[in-house]
Amino acid sequence: MENLESVLKEHAFLSDFPDELLPVIVGCASNVRYDTEQFIFHESEEAKKVYLIRAGKVAVEIFVPGRGHVVIETLEAGDVLGWSWLVPPYYWHFDARVVEPTRAIALDGECLRKKCEENHEMGYQLLKRFFTVLSSRLQATRLQLMDVYGAKADW
Amino acid sequence: MRHFVPGNDKIVIDSKELQKLFDVLLRHGYTTIGPTLKDQAIILDEISSTDQLPAGWTDEQAGGTYRLNKRNDDAWFGYVITPTSWKPYLHSPAAKFWSAKRNGRGFDVEEDKKEPAKFAFIGVRACELHAIAIQDKVFYGKEFQDSAYVQKRERAFIVAVNCSVAGHNCFCTSMETGPRVTGHFDIALTEIIDGEHHYFVAETGTDIGAEILREVSITPATEEQVQQAEKVVVKTESQITKLLDTTDLKNMLARNLENRIWDTIGKRCLSCANCTMVCPTCFCTNVEDVTDLSGDHAERWRKWDSCFTVRFSYIHGGSIRNSTKSRYRQWMTHKLSSWVDQFGTFGCTGCGRCITWCPVGIDLTEEAAAIRQGEKHVAVDDEL
Amino acid sequence: MIAEVPNVTLPRLFQISRAVKETHDTFTFELKPLDGGEFTFKPGQFNMVYQFGVGEIPVSISGDPLKKTSIIHTIRAVGGVTKAMRKLKKGDVLGIRGPYGTDWPVLRASGHDVAIVAGGIGLAPLRPVIYHVLANREKYGKVILLYGSRTPLDILFMKEIEKWRARLDTEVAVTVDRASGAWRGNVGVVTTLISKAHFDPAKTMAMVCGPEIMMRFTVQEFITRGVLKDKIYMSMERNMKCAVGFCGHCQWGSNFICKDGPVFRYDTIHDLLMQREM
Ligand SMILES: Cc1cc2nc3c(=O)[nH]c(=O)nc-3n(C[C@H](O)[C@H](O)[C@H](O)COP(=O)(O)OP(=O)(O)OC[C@H]3O[C@@H](n4cnc5c(N)ncnc54)[C@H](O)[C@@H]3O)c2cc1C
Ligand code: SF4
Ligand code: SF4
Repeated sequence: MENLESVLKEHAFLSDFPDELLPVIVGCASNVRYDTEQFIFHESEEAKKVYLIRAGKVAVEIFVPGRGHVVIETLEAGDVLGWSWLVPPYYWHFDARVVEPTRAIALDGECLRKKCEENHEMGYQLLKRFFTVLSSRLQATRLQLMDVYGAKADW
Repeated sequence: MRHFVPGNDKIVIDSKELQKLFDVLLRHGYTTIGPTLKDQAIILDEISSTDQLPAGWTDEQAGGTYRLNKRNDDAWFGYVITPTSWKPYLHSPAAKFWSAKRNGRGFDVEEDKKEPAKFAFIGVRACELHAIAIQDKVFYGKEFQDSAYVQKRERAFIVAVNCSVAGHNCFCTSMETGPRVTGHFDIALTEIIDGEHHYFVAETGTDIGAEILREVSITPATEEQVQQAEKVVVKTESQITKLLDTTDLKNMLARNLENRIWDTIGKRCLSCANCTMVCPTCFCTNVEDVTDLSGDHAERWRKWDSCFTVRFSYIHGGSIRNSTKSRYRQWMTHKLSSWVDQFGTFGCTGCGRCITWCPVGIDLTEEAAAIRQGEKHVAVDDEL
Repeated sequence: MIAEVPNVTLPRLFQISRAVKETHDTFTFELKPLDGGEFTFKPGQFNMVYQFGVGEIPVSISGDPLKKTSIIHTIRAVGGVTKAMRKLKKGDVLGIRGPYGTDWPVLRASGHDVAIVAGGIGLAPLRPVIYHVLANREKYGKVILLYGSRTPLDILFMKEIEKWRARLDTEVAVTVDRASGAWRGNVGVVTTLISKAHFDPAKTMAMVCGPEIMMRFTVQEFITRGVLKDKIYMSMERNMKCAVGFCGHCQWGSNFICKDGPVFRYDTIHDLLMQREM
């Protein structure tokens, strides 16, 4: 357990997380490992976990019949994969496919939600970090939407 | 450019002798350009005789209007200002850079080697001298010079004539460009009609100006004649009513790029580009490539362009200045603000042409004042 | 007597000695002067490139500043002139005027980490910087290249990027906005790479080139990381006809992009960047 705590502490997402709250998270954490081309989750499955990626590369993608899989973004060490565990009714909206062998800490969504309800300080600290991630993803998505390198940029 | 060395002595040229000035200039190989009556206007054209001057005519200008009126004397230069400036002579509306002939898979470039035109301008106003000086700053760049302009400019001979009448749209006093001619001329004249006596008080500004005058019959001016000439300019100055407050103007406009007045002007302005065409300082150009039918001969032409066209700011994907408001803002802030950063002077001489020739009568002095006024309101709101 | 002023609109003739298709819409020409002379430039400068009877356009120089016997231009076919140029082959002749404009701060960057962020065709004007920095590697701290393009098929200079990536003294990351099929690299906009790149913000010189929006977002990321505003440079684009300050087209506020730019220091243009339709 102690080992997992230090791994968590090292992850960019939790780097300045209050020390006293870390053990609470450790209670929801497990160490996971995936091989290339493995799916971590599929669209429309129940979103049970969130992954703090430690190494490797994961493609978040969607399968379009006739076009094959379209990658929305790739995530790497230091990134967080998944926030559907936060939003009822907790289903994934995308596929997560492993592009390079990946190691991650998986945090159980139901466990985290329970801990957050019990301990609002912990809930606030966690949500604050998720909000930062969400906001930068939103920024990136906006830029992506504008298709800035496109042949005819129309904004 | 020629060195300006004002001559000390004022002299008098009788109106009957002025023809000699034309003759001497023609003899020296100049193409003489001056004011003349044509198509209900006093325009600039090639003339060779004082008979072609607009004797007895003057012009009345206001926002969006221009009209000729008869004077009650026969003054030759008794008008305010011509619809177009001297600009087309030095900075041609259309000029060929060079031509090229296909040669196998390559091509050969040929430059026109014809002798540049040698113009003598007769009747240049104070504001027009400043306009030329402003364009000099553009085309005599620090790093690059525009050879087409420079070659004509170096050869040009300038006979300035002090204004004896001001129009409603004149605001040279605000821009400190007139009405008094103070420099940049070879010869300067003030026209005086004193009863039956029609004469010009003259001074020279350059050695070549003095040289040319030596071939014309002149007499030294009496103290009284010099006084007469002085009175002409003072009277003209007193007729100027239009004002443009230049206090902090450059910075004021630069910090008001989002002022609501731009929207209001944007709704009135037709983007017709008249203002840029008549303005004596506007210098923007486009380049056109022309080929003959066989495709073996190509030419590159430079043509006047206007920041009022949408195409002007086009870059792949769309135009930068899509709205009329942004294009008017570009034009006016260039004249009265960014020009100062670029060339150390305003890009406006106060000639008023853009006001006269704007079909909807947009007046940049009024708009600048409105923007200044608008800014004050914001400041007051802040204080509350 | 009246001084003769050279006609600055006259081009120097160059022959295409190599034509390479880079991507479906982008190509590179190597050009040799017909007069056999040399050509020197500074990274970031551009030429006016003329095609007989078609037109003349501004194009950055994308080659190695140390090579003085030829010019390299990398051009994306987007409209009239560039699409005509795409059809040219080895042996065809172009007119060249230049080099013009300001350059990237490769000298000022000495002793700094160098963070280069390029989007799309924006890698072309930055490639001379990479050549320069790698040729003088000991003068610089960390060297980082972050490159974003639309899809994997749009990536420029792929082989060369692989070579730079293979070096131990560079950090190179490529990302695409969208991908499908066999692409194994990053997907996401180039700005997302900045927060992960390993440079010391306090001593980093950042150089950015790409579509204007991409540059604005990129600069924000650099500032968030703590890079100083006066150590961020970007290359601007405006319609340009003459490149010598006479045509007026490239004006941007008080600047003429052709002579005051195209490379600008961010803190000097911050206010202008925020203004619409300038
Ligand atoms: C300093 C500078 C460096 C550049 N470097 C490169 C480069 O390395 N590689 C590259 O592929 N492109 C570069 N560009 C952009 C390139 O000049 C335009 O893509 C090109 O002018 C488009 O011409 P066109 O006739 O094919 O397009 P059209 O869309 O048909 O454009 C018509 C005309 O508008 C003008 N115009 C259109 N887009 C631009 C533009 N972006 N910038 C300036 N004028 C434009 C040109 O005069 C052009 O001929 C650069 C632009 C600038 C200002
Ligand atoms: S801006 Fe108007 S008043 Fe000023 S010089 Fe030009 S035409 Fe004359
Ligand atoms: S300000 Fe007047 S003259 Fe100028 S473009 Fe607008 S409508 Fe035409």
